[in-house]
Amino acid sequence: MRYIEPHAHMVSRTTDDYERMALAGCEAVCEPAFWAGFDRSSVDGFRDYFSQLTEHEPRRAAKFGLKHFCWLCINSKEAEDVKLAEEVIALVPEFLDRNNVLGIGEIGLNKNSKNELRVFEMQVELAAKYNQLILVHTPHLEDKLKGTKLILDVLKNDKRIRPERVIIDHVEEHTVEMVLDCGMWAGMTLYPETKCTPARAIDILETYGRENIWMNSACDWGVSDPLAVPKTALEMKKRGHVASAIEQVIFKNPKKFLSQSRNFKLGK
Amino acid sequence: MTRQQILDLYFLDARHQLVAIAAFLDRAERASGKDDFRLQAFRAALAELSTKKKGKAKKVLLAFSDPTTKPITKAQDKGACGASARK
Repeated sequence: MRYIEPHAHMVSRTTDDYERMALAGCEAVCEPAFWAGFDRSSVDGFRDYFSQLTEHEPRRAAKFGLKHFCWLCINSKEAEDVKLAEEVIALVPEFLDRNNVLGIGEIGLNKNSKNELRVFEMQVELAAKYNQLILVHTPHLEDKLKGTKLILDVLKNDKRIRPERVIIDHVEEHTVEMVLDCGMWAGMTLYPETKCTPARAIDILETYGRENIWMNSACDWGVSDPLAVPKTALEMKKRGHVASAIEQVIFKNPKKFLSQSRNFKLGK
Repeated sequence: MTRQQILDLYFLDARHQLVAIAAFLDRAERASGKDDFRLQAFRAALAELSTKKKGKAKKVLLAFSDPTTKPITKAQDKGACGASARK
């Protein structure tokens, strides 16, 4: 069983996780820029982070035959500091030509504040200016519904943004339909307590179909499972889904979306 | 899958989770103090489960969601607690 992990924060994971993912059939891992668990004090911290994402992690992944790709941005959790955000956004273009960069992400909202929204709009502008794919983080728990609506409003109102080049991540039962209806892609995150379980993710597939949708673990420094995607594939098999349907969701769909970036190339 | 197959696959797990919810409510109600907005939202969400209507997971998620539409002035923290105090 081959699969693509389209959202994982590998800088926070051990090398053993790369090995386990490779053993489970992972062919490529994609790493959106993320909050480190603490606020970085200056733009220099982001420069180091972007170097880590574009230089160091691909080498670490390659030791296990895994391709590593990344997305660049300042995460919404650090977006209250607009001055810092402006400095980081100005830094991003220096890295866009690196050969594992897929686009701008994971941008979005966290608490749905005015500054978060302003920084989100600035990063949508950045993506439009440089013709980049967009990966969007939607807020957690009680903030997800409102945040998803605010995010979709921004994206729909910008005529430069082609919806098929946007993935809205962390959808759940109350947000997936509005995302797909906009023509954007939807990502389901298999994460304990705060997001989807494997069973719920499969319910969503059975309800809304398998087009323009993917699954990811979003494994990071919190309690999370880098093998959540293959475990959900196994659950799909238990639910009677045929091999081709499973492969569509865990391999072909992410490949189709990500291949819109000229940098996304899998090994032979 | 047939309903029988779904039950075979998920009934024990769902039963386990339902007992855990019941025990959580017993625990909360045994403790001193009053319900806060989280427990109020929890009880509203539970009410959605006893109907015959479809889309129960969606309705439960909506019961916990912030219903307002305007951005807040400033984020005071980074976390979410699972239910909204806003009406």
